[in-house]
Formats: sequence, structure tokens, C-alpha cells
Amino acid sequence: MEQKRREFLKASGLLAGGIALSPFTSYGFNSQVDDMIKVALIGCGGRGTGAAAQALSTKQNVKIVAMADAFRDRLEDSYKSLTSKKYKDMAGKTVEGTAKVDVPDSRKFVGFDAYKEAMALADVVILATPPGFRPYHLEEAIKQGKHVFCEKPVATDAPGIRKVLEVAEIAKKKKLNIVTGLQRHYQPNYREAIKRIQDGALGDIVGGQVYWVSGGVWVKDRLPSMTEMEYQMRNWYYFNWLCGDHIVEQHVHNIDVANWVKGGYPVQIQGTGGREVRDGIKYGEIFDHHCLDLVYEDGTTISSQCRHYEGTYSRVDEAFVGTKGRIDSFANNNTVLKDYKGGVIYKHEGKGDGNPYQIEHDELFDAIAKGEYKFADAERTAKSTMTAIMGRMATYSGKLIKWDEALNSDINLFPDKLAWDAKPKVLPDENGFYPVAVPGKTRTV
Amino acid sequence: MRFKYVVLGLVLMTGSDVFSQSKPANYSQKIPGTNQEYGMVAIPAGEFMMGSPATEAGRNEDEGPQHKVKLDGFWMGSHEVTWDFYDLYAFKNMEKEMAARFPDPEKSIAKTDASTRPSPPYVDMSFGMGRAGYPAINMTQYAAIKFCKWLYDKTGVFYRLPTEAEWEYAARAGTKTAYSFGNDPAKLGEYAWYKDNSDGAYKLIGTKKPNPWGLHDMHGNVMEWTLDQYIPDYYAQKAKGEVKDPYAPVTELYPTSVRGGSWDDEAAVARSAARTPSSPSWKVLDPQLPKSEWWMTSASFVGFRLVRPFKTPTAAEIEAYYNPPLIEDY
Repeated sequence: MEQKRREFLKASGLLAGGIALSPFTSYGFNSQVDDMIKVALIGCGGRGTGAAAQALSTKQNVKIVAMADAFRDRLEDSYKSLTSKKYKDMAGKTVEGTAKVDVPDSRKFVGFDAYKEAMALADVVILATPPGFRPYHLEEAIKQGKHVFCEKPVATDAPGIRKVLEVAEIAKKKKLNIVTGLQRHYQPNYREAIKRIQDGALGDIVGGQVYWVSGGVWVKDRLPSMTEMEYQMRNWYYFNWLCGDHIVEQHVHNIDVANWVKGGYPVQIQGTGGREVRDGIKYGEIFDHHCLDLVYEDGTTISSQCRHYEGTYSRVDEAFVGTKGRIDSFANNNTVLKDYKGGVIYKHEGKGDGNPYQIEHDELFDAIAKGEYKFADAERTAKSTMTAIMGRMATYSGKLIKWDEALNSDINLFPDKLAWDAKPKVLPDENGFYPVAVPGKTRTV
Repeated sequence: MRFKYVVLGLVLMTGSDVFSQSKPANYSQKIPGTNQEYGMVAIPAGEFMMGSPATEAGRNEDEGPQHKVKLDGFWMGSHEVTWDFYDLYAFKNMEKEMAARFPDPEKSIAKTDASTRPSPPYVDMSFGMGRAGYPAINMTQYAAIKFCKWLYDKTGVFYRLPTEAEWEYAARAGTKTAYSFGNDPAKLGEYAWYKDNSDGAYKLIGTKKPNPWGLHDMHGNVMEWTLDQYIPDYYAQKAKGEVKDPYAPVTELYPTSVRGGSWDDEAAVARSAARTPSSPSWKVLDPQLPKSEWWMTSASFVGFRLVRPFKTPTAAEIEAYYNPPLIEDY
């Protein structure tokens, strides 16, 4: 136990960094639980709660010790879900949620600054707020010397991405693990197929298509009691400072697979997009479709499509062509690499494969327990998020956007002040409509 | 409570065409204010041997002992429920759009709005396998029951999921062999989409031969929800004495009973007697907590078809059927 604990402290840089407040003594847990890994959940929506449950379902001795959210109701719902669930302890025995979720009212933190206090009480933080907050929360977590599980995307604008890239460097120096929720990297059929593609099974990858075309997501009503800030926070999907548009929030998964397969990031993007069916006042400022050419350094173009239209063809998937063969789909965990004569180069049948959302946490907590540093997720996820933001820059402006100008953009979407009575930068007109980008007119870099 | 149930009015069944005839006939249920129809095949009352003989190839223990079961008559859907149909229920905007395309002042599809509907799924629940004309999949048993209620609100006709016994009786269609066409799995490809011929995806409904009673895709394409709890030794419990309209009410979320093989299954799973228990792993890809009570997310091999008993239940029974207690999903 002692050995493990020491390794953990050393690995996490806490001893070397001379940080006085050891996470193991800061809370007064007694010695019988000294191998316990304490987790703070920052962002208590459905996904954050799910991530917390996955952290509690790893083989390590994990406890949730603090929770933070901007809204008290979201936090309480999450607390209720987590404590009503059953988990397994280290010995494999089923225990009640209350044994694993030790969050009295004094460790429930509500508001825009709640994350800082919650993080201070933990060894590992789960960041699952809307993505606009991610750069600031990541920065604080690494500053405090915490390991991180954070959801994708990791920012919504270029200044946010630059911050995450800086933080990723510091995390690397401090040997703090950051696992991000691009779960395809933890999904066996993707891992196996792409490993073979990178080993040359399909020759050079010279084209492909990536898709997130589906029916769209939830919309929340505006209540008379809400300030503009609360309305945007509750309806975060439809505001770019919080969500980044659906091209960033969802399609980043597929764009990231294109980058993964190509082993790099696009040097330039042009594209088209707009609002075809999202015409009401309740849909904020985001587009409902984007279509991109992602052009890589070797000249390869991968096409990317995302849209939110109900009642249309839907596909959330990726396909690639190489000089020796092709891969048509990763959907359904089944993946086949084929040559052009119809021969099967590799076939992955995913029935019974592990849950990638669980594998993310299994690998993170295993690394933490062993005192290992091995995750380069933060930098990669920042750059894939940047690719999606660059796609939005291209469709909103109608211009050809180059990687360097996109990454160096100074357009910062984040509000100058976070408070319930503060004004976000984008506001509705007298009829309730938010300004929407007009290609050819809107400036995005 | 994350769910509010709207109490149904005491809607009494109006006599439809089929009741005016002395013998129930096949019919097609039109959905008012849409271009959608759903074929219903009359399945006469009768008796059959439920389960499989110990000698049947590929048999599992839970299929025995074989025992005689008597059933009242009912109609059963000639096909699995398609996305065309299911999406009208899952997406209110599509229902509204359909109502605009097919105006019906008497009974607009958009008129009744008492239904509890699925939350929008975060990912595409067809997994790119196709929508128009393809079987709807990945819904929970709860969502399938609420679909029946939605349809009742729209048509005034009581529809529900089949019991396991009804399902097997209809699948056998009077046959005693492993499949409704005999015992030879080599012939399965003429009747079913299953692992050997599906190329990893479900297919358009009704593109294989029907069984002797005119029901398509009972053996393959997608597995189908039934109404029953899955109890492995249920037949042993029931096999003493006469068994009439057997049915194991659901008291626990898992496992419930699913019947028929799918595009992703070996031939043995497609046998008329084969039973499949549902599993929490069918929701494994749902990253949220609580997990959705509407979508399975990892059951791209499960759909359903509808049944309508010849004898319509009382309004109270209908209400009870459509409002099962919501079981928390662990």
C-alpha cells in the first residue's frame, strides 16, 4: 500500500513540485483507505454522471469525494443517480453507491467558480461541463497537479485551443495523465483496424469520407425566470462559446478519425454550410449542416459531412480508400479491410468487445495506480478539436482557411465576465433571433 | 419522476370492418393522416407444442420440456415495424410534417398529442444500415410498448407486443420442425437474413419468403421483443396441466424475452423455439447516467412487431398495459 502510494505521489509530480497540500491528507481519510483514488466530478449532466459511474466501475479503489456544477438541480440529480447505483469494490464485491460516493453537502459546489474548490479535494478530476469551459478547467486542474479525464471537444475557439496545448505541455512535464473522451481511440475495432492501416495494410490512404449526419439533439425552453446567461447555459448546444456548433461538439469524433488515419492534421479546409431546417428562435446561432474538404499535407482530401435533419439518411461513421484497399465502415463494431479484388485483408468482429467508455477509465485509473504516465490524448484532442473549429471557420466565412491562420486567430468567444447577470457576447435581437453567420460576410479568423 | 403518465380517456373500441365479418380476416391498419399502413395477418385460435424436442439440433435447455399450449386468436404484423413508422412516433416534427403532407381533418395524425415519446438519440440508431423500409432497431421494450400506446392514440385500435407463446405459435405456423420450412438450416437463406447472408447489416423487410401463415422475417433480419420476462425454466413450471395463453409479466428489467434470430446470428438462433434473454450489455454504449429508457444503443439486432388480440381488452386493462411501471436502469 505504502509503496503504491509513494509511486503515485512521485508520478503525479506532487512531491517533486513541492505542493504542500497532499491530496491524501487534505481530506482526513484514515489510513485504511490510503490507496484510495479520490475523484471530483466537474459538470454533473448525463455524460458527467456516466463518466463518474465508469470511474467507479474500474478495478481501483475509487471514490467520488466532491461534485461541482453551475446548477444545483443538475448536481442533485447526478448525486441521486450515482448513489442509487450499485458498483463493485476492489474485491469484486457489489456495494451500494453510497459507499463509493462520499459527497456530503459541504463537498457539493455550485456556481461558475465551483470547480476550483472541488478539484482541490481530489486526485483525479472528471471534466464534463460544456466544452467552452474546458481550457480554463484543464488549466486549473493541471495547475493543482491533478490527473484528468476530460470530455471532447476541449475548446470552442482558437485561444482556447492554444491554452489547452500549453496546458498539455505542462501536464507532460508534471507526468499528469489526461485521458479525453474521443472514445474511438479506446474502441477495439478502431484500434485494431487503424493499427493495420498504419502498418500499410491498405497502402497509402488517398481519400475518404467522415460523417455525422443524424436527427439532432435536445432543445430546452426559455423560462421567464431565466437571465440570458442562464438560458444560454441551459441550452448550451446552440451557442458557440459553450458548444462550438455541432460540427465541433459531435463531428469532432469523425474528423479525429480522419486525422488518426492520416497521421496528421489538415493544412487547409474549405467548405459550405448553413441553416436549412433550424429556423426557429430556439436554435441559437449554430448551423444545421456543414460539408468540408479536409486537405492534408500530402495533398490527400478527406470529405467531411455533418448535419442535423430529422427524417433523412443518417450515418455516423468513417470510410477510407488506400492505394491497396479500402475500409467502408467502422459502424456496429464490425470492420473489414478489403482489397480491390474483394479479398479480405483483415476482419474485426466486435461482438463482445468491451465498452470503449469503460476502457477509457480502466486504462486511466490503471496508469494512475501504477504511477505511469502514458497519455498524449490532450494534444491530439486539442488539434482534432482545432480541425473541427477550423471547419466551422470555413463554413461560417465561406473562405479557404489555412491551419496556421486558424490556430493563431484571436477571436475569443468566451464572455468577458461569468455571472448570472452578465451578458454573453452573442445576444438575441428584439424578435428573439440570434445573429447567424453569413458566408462571404462573416469574419472568422 | 422523470415520467408523467397521461391518463387515458376511456376510449371504447369502435366496431371496425373486421368485426362485422363472421371470421376475422387479414387487414391493413392505416395510420390516419399519413401514407403508412401496417399489414395484419389473422392467426386463428388453436393449440401447439411449445418448445423443442430434446433431439433438435442446436437446442438449448430453456426450450424444454415441450408442452401443449392453447391460445386465443389474434392478428400479428406481417412484417417487423419499420423506421418509416417508428420515426413518426420518435420525432414529433416528422409527425407534423406528415400531417401537412396528408391532411385529414377528421383524424389528423398530429391531433392527439397525449403520447410519451422517446428522447432524441444522441447518435444515429440505425448505425448507417438504412432507414426507409428497414426494420426499426435499438428501442427498449418500454419504448416499444409506448409505441403501441402512441398507435392506439392515433388509431383507437389496441396493439401490443406478442407474448412468447403467441410469437412461437405464429412463427411455427402449424409446423413442428426447427424452422417453419423444415429442419435443414441449408435452406434458411431462402427465408431469412442471418449471419451467413446478411453481410453485417439488416435488410429491407419482406424480401425473403414468408412462413406458411404469411409472416415475413420471423426467422431472421432482427430479433423481436416479446411481452414476457425471460425465465429459463418457465416451461418446466408451466408444463403441468393445461396451459392457456401463458405469459410471464415483467417485474425486472433484465432479462426479458426476445425471439427470432437476427442478421448477426447463426442459423440455430433463428429456430422457431429459440429464446434469447435481453441483457444490460445491450446498453453498453450509452455513455450517460441514468441510461436512456428509450434506446438500447448496442442492440442493433433487436426490433419488434405488433399483435392485436381478436378480443379487445377492457379500457382498464388497456390502460394498465400501456403504463407499465418504469424500472430504473442499472
